[in-house]
Amino acid sequence: MSTTTLPELTPQEYKTDEHPIWCPGCGDFGVLSSMYQALSKLRIHPKDLVVVSGIGCSGRTPGFVKSYGFHVLHGRVLPVSMGVKLANPKLHVIGVGGDGDGFAIGGGHIPHAARRNIDMAYLVFDNAIYGLTKGQYSPTSPTAHVTGSTPYGNIERPLNPLAMLIAYGATFVARGYSGKPKELTDLIIKAIEHKGFAFIDIISPCITFYNTYKVIPPTLIEVPADHDPTNRVKAFELALREDKVPLGVYYQVQQPTFEDGVDRVIKQAQAASPPRLDAIFAEFA
Amino acid sequence: MADCVFRVGGEGGEGVISTGELLTLTLARSGYEIYTFRTYPAEIKGGHANYQVRASDKLLLSQGAAVDVLVAFNEEAYQKHIEDVRSGGVLIYDSDSFTPPASDGIIVYPVPLTSLATEKVGIKLTKNIVVLGVLSGLFDIPFEKFEGLVRDRFTRKGEAVVLKNVQALKVGVEFAKSIEKKDSIRMGAGPRQVKELVLSGNESLALGAIASGLKLYAGYPITPATDIMEFLAKELPKVGGFVVQTEDEISAVGTVLGASFAGSKAMTATSGPGFSLMIEMLGLSVMSEIPAVIVDVQRVGPSTGMPTKTEQGDLYIAVYGGHGSCPRVVMALSSVEDCFYGIMRAFNIAEEFQTPVVVLSDQYLGHRKATVPKPDINKVPVISRRLASPEELGNGFKRYKLGAEGVSPMSLPGMEGGYYTAEGLEHDEIGYPAASNHTNHLRMTEKRYTKFHAIEAISNDLVRQYGNEAPEIGIIGWGSTEGVIREAVQMAIDKGYNVGALHPKILYPLPLARMGKLINSAKAVIVPELNYTGQFATLLRKRFALDFIQLNKTIGLPFTPKELFDKIEEVAANVNHNAPRTYATRV
Repeated sequence: MSTTTLPELTPQEYKTDEHPIWCPGCGDFGVLSSMYQALSKLRIHPKDLVVVSGIGCSGRTPGFVKSYGFHVLHGRVLPVSMGVKLANPKLHVIGVGGDGDGFAIGGGHIPHAARRNIDMAYLVFDNAIYGLTKGQYSPTSPTAHVTGSTPYGNIERPLNPLAMLIAYGATFVARGYSGKPKELTDLIIKAIEHKGFAFIDIISPCITFYNTYKVIPPTLIEVPADHDPTNRVKAFELALREDKVPLGVYYQVQQPTFEDGVDRVIKQAQAASPPRLDAIFAEFA
Repeated sequence: MADCVFRVGGEGGEGVISTGELLTLTLARSGYEIYTFRTYPAEIKGGHANYQVRASDKLLLSQGAAVDVLVAFNEEAYQKHIEDVRSGGVLIYDSDSFTPPASDGIIVYPVPLTSLATEKVGIKLTKNIVVLGVLSGLFDIPFEKFEGLVRDRFTRKGEAVVLKNVQALKVGVEFAKSIEKKDSIRMGAGPRQVKELVLSGNESLALGAIASGLKLYAGYPITPATDIMEFLAKELPKVGGFVVQTEDEISAVGTVLGASFAGSKAMTATSGPGFSLMIEMLGLSVMSEIPAVIVDVQRVGPSTGMPTKTEQGDLYIAVYGGHGSCPRVVMALSSVEDCFYGIMRAFNIAEEFQTPVVVLSDQYLGHRKATVPKPDINKVPVISRRLASPEELGNGFKRYKLGAEGVSPMSLPGMEGGYYTAEGLEHDEIGYPAASNHTNHLRMTEKRYTKFHAIEAISNDLVRQYGNEAPEIGIIGWGSTEGVIREAVQMAIDKGYNVGALHPKILYPLPLARMGKLINSAKAVIVPELNYTGQFATLLRKRFALDFIQLNKTIGLPFTPKELFDKIEEVAANVNHNAPRTYATRV
């Protein structure tokens, strides 16, 4: 953590001149607002922050946050984030993307980012629909859901992001809701503070193509106060609940980060050989 | 004058390659210029493998035409290679394994390699070392160089192993004394005294990348590029860098872009199938103006193709792969030494112009070893990207500022006041998305092409020229065919033909001025390349109104100088000496 603490910025000061293009009432406004709050509370200097995004409504987020940003390709948030973090481990890296970006086209990157334990936060704005392409079913859309690409109802079963991330070895796995900004801010703070790969599945309804503002809230509960987040089996149990959707931290453990490993390898290599190109040339004479 | 081609053939996985490598290094340490060529089976264990090394006391440009000494461990090796042995050449074979039929004009030395190894050394696998002793004895290759190398190679495994291998060498030397020598090959010590390295093309490229200041390599295993990653995994941490093996090639190039965005020099290397996966990221690199170096060590395609064989078939995808108007630089490496300096130039161009640079090598070049002078890291001064000045930073910082040069100031995370979003969407000068602003898109496209056109000046500086300067028959080649072309041109000039060749290192943008000069003087221009359709010839036809004569080879193997020489003779016989020559550059 290289947080430069002065001067303190208000949440408002993390806003840029670029205005969100999201539909009025979009859940993503709530997520963005909680991001501003969290950054302000953590006093993260914009120069030390990189927001990497994929393609989709959430992909526009970097432009709305006073920071460095990289708006990359559909599904490729995590590889680019890893590159940023490896180049400069002092930076705070926040990856953002949607459920289609992360779990469909980019699904192949999640297990590897998780098991490497790259020190970053990965926020998935999960609306269970493809909004920017105007309403097709996503990997988290429920079975039987009727969308533009499932006119007779979705015949697939939705995947379970929380269970998946716990299985993949993420060291911080949580779920938030855009409609509970205070709690979401706290989760984002914890995710940024966590040393390692921190994942939050953020339920963020799409008011235009899949309005879940009425159906979601009654299903929400808090992660029980006595839940032990270091217990992986208990974390799975929470993730596998079908009656209710718990909000909070499901799982959190400390493991060495990828950057720790990189440091160790460099030290080991340099202990055995002088750090000079000449010394390497000598091996081939 | 010594100029000798040795070829070793046998069962894959049984030490054929290490026999070839030890012979190569010994010849290099004995003072010879070396040039290897290897083909290897797709199987990890089993299948036929062979390793060829040409050693000479003069500069070597190609793998050679015919084999002087063939070592056959088994009958298959004999059958596959005997026709390549020159008249008066030597066959050494394992007489415990098979008996070849009597062959006219070839000197044959049967050696019971397997029984010498099992009975005199006690370890069957040492037949690979026994045979080196035989070569040392027969052809006067300095024994102490073999011995020194065996020590270097096996010390790690303990003194007992070293002694066994030295003993195997001596068994071979001793046996050679019993052979009645009928050939006249005598190597002795070579003339070269300068400090040299023995490197493969891939190793040379990796070293050049380190010399350029590479800090992060991301890649996914793929033949024939994998050894670049393995080399760097071992060497890069020594200079504070790191190699990450990603989950696929999209992730590899994504990691490269992320690292480069944050200020590190980063690179990936792959082959055709992986490069195909990287194309969307290539577009992101162009659009967001983030420097990237992407190496494609070409193999035979399409699809999985022939992974262990060579081809120059990825030029189209390197130049044209991607959607939209998407300028990138394409370079081609031409020799083991050029791999070192070429990759340094690639980093320089990527950094200076904030652009992706695709660097084409191939299996033939990547996997062959050659003696190269110790690289001079000051020969290509390292260039870094144009960072924003303090005056440019602050509110309203224009990362994508329009201007005459096309290159705009870049800020890096950690710099106060340089905030911007590197955008894959079309964007304005600040970096804000401008996906509905039509005139802005034109201006930004022009910005990106302004950079591209500026690189043409560099492209014209990086052209090698061989033979006559205003030739009647011109040759324009690219990539790993350079040595073969040079040798063929010399053969043709020696026979009285008026021939000259150009070998550009940057293929896109093309060095139009240099090429125009050659094309203007020549009555005919041959474009030799290792692909079926003539990808480079097609690229040239787009810019020059001339019917280039193609010479294509698509069997997974490199050209020989003779093949090109024959083509020169054929073209010379048919050329119209009176035809007026003018060329036109097409837009």
